[in-house]
Amino acid sequence: MSMNVDRDHILVEVEDIHITFGGLKALNGICMNINKGEILATIGPNGAGKTTLINAINGVCHPNPGRIVFEGKDLTNMRPHHVASLGIARTFQNVALFKGMSVLDNITMGRHSKIKSGFFSQGLYWGLGQKMEIEHREAVEIVIEWLEIQNIRETPTGALPYGLQKKVELGRALAAEPKLLLLDEPMAGMSLEEKEDIARFILDAREEFGTTICLIEHDMGVVMDVSNRIVVLEFGEKIAEGTPEEIRNNQRVINAYLGTDGH
Amino acid sequence: MEKVSGETIPKLLLKIAREQGEKVAIREKKRGIWQSYSWSEYLENVRKFALGLASLGLQRGDRLSVIGDNSPQGYWAQVATLCVGGVSVPLYQDAIEKELEYVIEHSGAQFIFAEDQEQVDKILALKEKVPTIETIIYVDPTGLRYYNQPYIKSFFRIQELGLEFEKNHPGYFEKEAEKGRPEDVALISYTSGTTAKPKGVVLTHENLLINAKLLSQVEGYRDSDRFMSYLPMAWIGDFFYSVIMSFQVGFTVNCPEAAWTTWSDTRQIGPTVVLSPPRIWESILTSIQLKMQDAVWIKRRMYKLFIDVAARVSNLQFEHQAIPIWLRTLHALGEVLVYGPLRDYMGMGKILYAYSVGAALGPEIYQYYRSIGVNLKQVYGLTETSAICTFQPDDEVKLNTVGIPVSGVGIKISEGGEVLVKSPGNFHGYYKNPQATAETLIDEWLHTGDSGILDKDGHLKIIDRVQDVSTLANGTTFAPQYIENKLKFSPYIKESVVFGQGMDHVTSMINIEIESVGNWAERKGLGYTSYADLSQKPQVYDLIYDEVRKVNVSLFAEEDLRDAQIRRYLILHKELDPDDAEITRMRKLRRGFIAQKYSDLIEGLYSDGDGVYLETKVTYEGGRTKNIKALLKICDVDSYTVGDDEKAASLKAKGNEHTRTQ
Repeated sequence: MSMNVDRDHILVEVEDIHITFGGLKALNGICMNINKGEILATIGPNGAGKTTLINAINGVCHPNPGRIVFEGKDLTNMRPHHVASLGIARTFQNVALFKGMSVLDNITMGRHSKIKSGFFSQGLYWGLGQKMEIEHREAVEIVIEWLEIQNIRETPTGALPYGLQKKVELGRALAAEPKLLLLDEPMAGMSLEEKEDIARFILDAREEFGTTICLIEHDMGVVMDVSNRIVVLEFGEKIAEGTPEEIRNNQRVINAYLGTDGH
Repeated sequence: MEKVSGETIPKLLLKIAREQGEKVAIREKKRGIWQSYSWSEYLENVRKFALGLASLGLQRGDRLSVIGDNSPQGYWAQVATLCVGGVSVPLYQDAIEKELEYVIEHSGAQFIFAEDQEQVDKILALKEKVPTIETIIYVDPTGLRYYNQPYIKSFFRIQELGLEFEKNHPGYFEKEAEKGRPEDVALISYTSGTTAKPKGVVLTHENLLINAKLLSQVEGYRDSDRFMSYLPMAWIGDFFYSVIMSFQVGFTVNCPEAAWTTWSDTRQIGPTVVLSPPRIWESILTSIQLKMQDAVWIKRRMYKLFIDVAARVSNLQFEHQAIPIWLRTLHALGEVLVYGPLRDYMGMGKILYAYSVGAALGPEIYQYYRSIGVNLKQVYGLTETSAICTFQPDDEVKLNTVGIPVSGVGIKISEGGEVLVKSPGNFHGYYKNPQATAETLIDEWLHTGDSGILDKDGHLKIIDRVQDVSTLANGTTFAPQYIENKLKFSPYIKESVVFGQGMDHVTSMINIEIESVGNWAERKGLGYTSYADLSQKPQVYDLIYDEVRKVNVSLFAEEDLRDAQIRRYLILHKELDPDDAEITRMRKLRRGFIAQKYSDLIEGLYSDGDGVYLETKVTYEGGRTKNIKALLKICDVDSYTVGDDEKAASLKAKGNEHTRTQ
């Protein structure tokens, strides 16, 4: 385990977390850090616990024992909406959008935690409600422009092809102006062209908004290209951590992915 | 002949800003909202930017290039340059590095307006090689925050510099605008060049203004008209309408939010004037046909019924015959049920003037639009004639012509059948290319390179490029473009190249329209992985076979083209692309290059073989290249002859069998 003395660089500390579902140990003593401003990829075979790790950071499930600290605050037993208000946004492996709502409305949902005005002033579009609406709409429009999806602004997301739905989901997460963005397989099921497109947005998001990104991805080409650091999980345990170059040459990782003669 | 006495583009702007300062001059959709600028705001923005350029040392005669999507800032930058005596050299926004390098180096542009990061990156890559580039100006700061080179400046920063400059040089802008003479060079427009390297067409203020003035008078544009400006700023047609005509008439220019929102933005604006090359008219029609294929049966039936009615009415109209009352009734019903909603869907609900320019539009496509009530007219013009020089007056629309000359323009046909134009809009020569100028401009007559005829009513009919008009071994003369346009009427065919010069029969290379063929394949349950894969499916060959057959039937109906029926075709595994120099940026075929590049395929088309192995180089927008290998099938088509109707079915079956066995 790396002992990083200078803690200013660390955004998230995951300290020895264990998560079990019934008898299944999904995560078994994971320790890792996410540094500020980095793109960290989490890889591993199916069932390695990658999504559970993101769920734990996001507050969907709670480690026991173990601790997760975000900017000095203990997230361990926080509810997801509380976690979101601290500046952690995520996307889901299977697209989770409101299918009947427009792209604009879906992305605006991403700003939910930032909307301060009350039910009545919003309903009447008056005073603070109006001011907030304009402010949030502008923030949403910046995301729409940035993702180049102006042409589908008013389209119900259910009517969109899968690749665009994934993009809208990314947009919703970004609209929250998160400090940490958790992406659960943002490119699953996409064509090469769409993958390149999303990869560019991931890199740009860090550059443009300074967002720290933790992503799960199976496409090794993409992972090696976009990430600064990689964490490898297998059967709920961390088996390696390092730069793409180090991971590429790590024998345990090669074994986990390709199998060994003994198996 | 009318003169535009002492007028220049800047003076025209000053005049219109004085006369209708409060009226909207230009709109752009930004973050979902239409942002409007009045004529006085237009002038103010131009003024500040012009002064900013002056503060950076722009002298009279210096050149500024713009590259980017249509935007108010893009137009302001160009007009500002003209105001302080500079010359605008617009560039195609999708041009690759090599093309840009040539034009920027050749024109010696010192100032480059590059809209966003993508364009700035392209210019930066060139800066080493082309040392004349002094300043790069951007509008959209996204992604540019770490670019700290001192010569990269924001548009708005330059306007600030302009205001500072004005403090020490009061009245500078007005003085410089006043200094301009009509014979000063305003624009160097690099032609897309179907034959060789682009050539810089030098146009003066007078060239541009005089045609605009004459045309606006005969067509009767009003200041309440709305123009949609979405075609490349580097295209003379766009400059002619978005700048010159807009200043002349005072109408509003509208820029879409992004290239991919053009259609929905057009619907919101409801333009009254539209100018597009044939490619756009073809693709709108294709998308309508595609939508109809997916529509419920009742809509499909209704569409088919009323489109047929419209075609019959329009045929009778073209032949100046009376329309029977029952047909008139149906037509009126169709207007309510189909034509009106269709025009609205296309964003043409408010169209008063629609033009097709730049190349020949297939008569089928042309008639389709006219039949559903879009006042589409063919006009003829070249960059060398400052855009439009012939047009169809509203009451003299003919199917196959590009109309009569604008007043003041002389048209004659040379002995070799070439169209010659003498016009006050004629250009002053190609920039730094006296040889090409001498070959093109002879005794004030512009040799257009187009072959054409004048009909008995004085209408000009363009046949094809002179060098493209082909003759088969048996003496049949045909214009490849004419047959290609017939093929392109099919929703499944995007592009085609027809061969036959000196050969026994006509053959064709075809590009499928991925959207419609992909959609068709989906409905048929036909799986495919890529464009190349889909294009080579036997079922797709069958589909295209039927389309080629239809063209043969229609060629058979024209007596002099009976022998020019397509006998063999193949489907290309890649789309013809301007990045590969196969077509120009305005989507005209570069035949010479294609013939050279695909010589193996052409050889295959004229042999007995049923396939050709091919390796082609593909260029990506970034300039990277990649080799694609493919085995292309070639399919025979039987020509259509008299009494062939009953045979047609069996022939088709045979054709299917043929392709399937391959």
